[in-house]
Amino acid sequence: MRLHEYQAKEVFAEAGLPTPDAELAESTDEVLAAAESIGYPVAVKAQVHVGGRGKAGGIELAESDDEAREAADSILGMDLKGYTVDRVLVEAAVDFVDELYVGVTMDRGEGKPVAMVSSEGGVNIEEVAEESPEAIAREHVDPAFGLHPYQARRAVYDAGVEDDVASDVAGVLSTLYDLWEDSDAEDTEVNPVMVTSDREVICADAVMNIDDDALFRHPDLAEMEEAAAEDDLEAKANEYGFDYVRLEGNVGIIGNGAGLVMTTLDLVDYYGGAPANFLDIGGGAKAERVANALDMVFSDENVDSVVFNIFGGITRGDEVAQGINDAIAQFDELPKPIVVRLAGTNAEEGMEILNTDALDVEETLEGAVQKAVEHAGGESR
Amino acid sequence: MSVLVDDDTRVVVQGITGGEGEFHAGQMIEYGTNVVAGAVPGRGGEEVHGVPVYDTVSRAAEAENADASVVLVPPAFAADALFEALDSPVDLVVAITEGIPAQDMAKVYKRLSETDTHLIGPNCPGVITPGEAKLGILPGNIFSSGNVGLISRSGTLTYQVVDNLTDRGLGQTTAIGIGGDPIIGTDFVDALSLFEDDPATDAIVMCGEIGGSDEEEAAEYIDANMDTPVAGFIAGRTAPPGKRMGHAGAIVSGSGAGTAESKIEALSEAGVPVGDTPEEVADNVEELL
Repeated sequence: MRLHEYQAKEVFAEAGLPTPDAELAESTDEVLAAAESIGYPVAVKAQVHVGGRGKAGGIELAESDDEAREAADSILGMDLKGYTVDRVLVEAAVDFVDELYVGVTMDRGEGKPVAMVSSEGGVNIEEVAEESPEAIAREHVDPAFGLHPYQARRAVYDAGVEDDVASDVAGVLSTLYDLWEDSDAEDTEVNPVMVTSDREVICADAVMNIDDDALFRHPDLAEMEEAAAEDDLEAKANEYGFDYVRLEGNVGIIGNGAGLVMTTLDLVDYYGGAPANFLDIGGGAKAERVANALDMVFSDENVDSVVFNIFGGITRGDEVAQGINDAIAQFDELPKPIVVRLAGTNAEEGMEILNTDALDVEETLEGAVQKAVEHAGGESR
Repeated sequence: MSVLVDDDTRVVVQGITGGEGEFHAGQMIEYGTNVVAGAVPGRGGEEVHGVPVYDTVSRAAEAENADASVVLVPPAFAADALFEALDSPVDLVVAITEGIPAQDMAKVYKRLSETDTHLIGPNCPGVITPGEAKLGILPGNIFSSGNVGLISRSGTLTYQVVDNLTDRGLGQTTAIGIGGDPIIGTDFVDALSLFEDDPATDAIVMCGEIGGSDEEEAAEYIDANMDTPVAGFIAGRTAPPGKRMGHAGAIVSGSGAGTAESKIEALSEAGVPVGDTPEEVADNVEELL
């Protein structure tokens, strides 16, 4: 779960990290009022879950009422990479001489947390990582002990941060680590940490992603969730709790387990079709969940056929079959052809109860995919 | 022969009184697995499927000589269950639970490194030596005994590929679902080395997917250390880029690694044929044998 910048900044400020004065605004009037109380110059920043806001026109500087009005008018309501901006953060603009990157995440390869500092902040840090990885100092952390203060200092010195601000930046890194750990974050990041001409250190940005699996331990953070959906279908998927990604094609795909669903997508492509979506009903799905999945895919106007690929392990074929029956019972005639492939745990029981009059049933994955591709008007090699 | 489990493996099921625990303990027993005990705090003295339940894993291991544990405990309590299993100690822990917080797993992983125990998973279907024992939730009926070792990050993809293998008479020594989580115990390299040392395994299938760099590392290992031939499959060629790639995560690894192309290329360079479809994987195994 990703926090908005304004939410992450609240969490950061509470933890004692230096953040600029800021107010959230939803209208041009509110932007002007906020700028007035904060004092010019201010930055007006779109609050949407997309990267590269600055480049896309989602962040503007304003030094006067006129500029603030202009910034508010251009950003509020704009479409930023598919998301409509309905709120902006109005924030004191920092007069900086240096920009740094500071972040904490899990290094999955090492199975350990890693704390990172770079003196090349304020830029696309992924590019820095790719082109000059040595510009990012990394400290792996023993999760039993946490980030030792000496590690924070070492990272800061290794990154070439100037001496007079080194201890402040090390403090930012230590606090980010503690926040990361205390909130079960996937990552906590500031890019940039700005160094002012007075040699003050300020967190000008704030990124915080919380591990969804750990939200049960953090009801306060869970409350901050604002489902950001690109369209109605993704909103529906959030509601139903599905792993769902909308794609460009016309073959709807439902399956259990990410690996098998991805494989089904790959095969649709391989046999000359185009996947319309990725939909994983997850493990142990019951009938209602299966019916919800079909409802989702039927709601997508681009879908011309559906392939339902279930290989039961913890998921039981009879439950799935019942779900399919329930879902199609409400139609006199199916809106789109459905090809079902059911294997694994209780698949035989499932096949016995499955309403095969209304469906195409295929025994193999390859066969099911080819049939669905044909139904959707694609070629099939 | 087999790796990790055989018909001598004595299994304790952690969480045996829960819905999934009870169902799958029953399925394991039906398959012929030596399930000798259950372990659930506060439920000691009960019986499930005729198997005695103990309050702690160490009591179960001691009383019933158990040497392996299957963890079917809800995610909020799973890390504690894993620490308990590692401390009991048993030689093998198979963690089925999906959705264990990553930071919990980092702590478990640290503890694991101080033991000799093999951990399979979490978020995995388990381990099966066909005809002998299954530890986990895999549908036993699709497996058959033979000379192909199988390692997979994805549960359902494991079933699919096994189905294709079994269909044409390619039985398995052992199939290991290593799990798809960011932090897992046994990884591709560990599992490959187990099969390399198993005289009964004549070929290995490894099923990977996008994300992380485990497949790339496995390719390096295969190139440098393996005599047993390996066939590969990578899921996620058509997955849209950038949909679920954390921000800082990409910085850790630099970039490039993690895509299907990168994995397929690394494996191909290591002499591993990568099939376009599960059916083709079976073709490739036939040729390697």
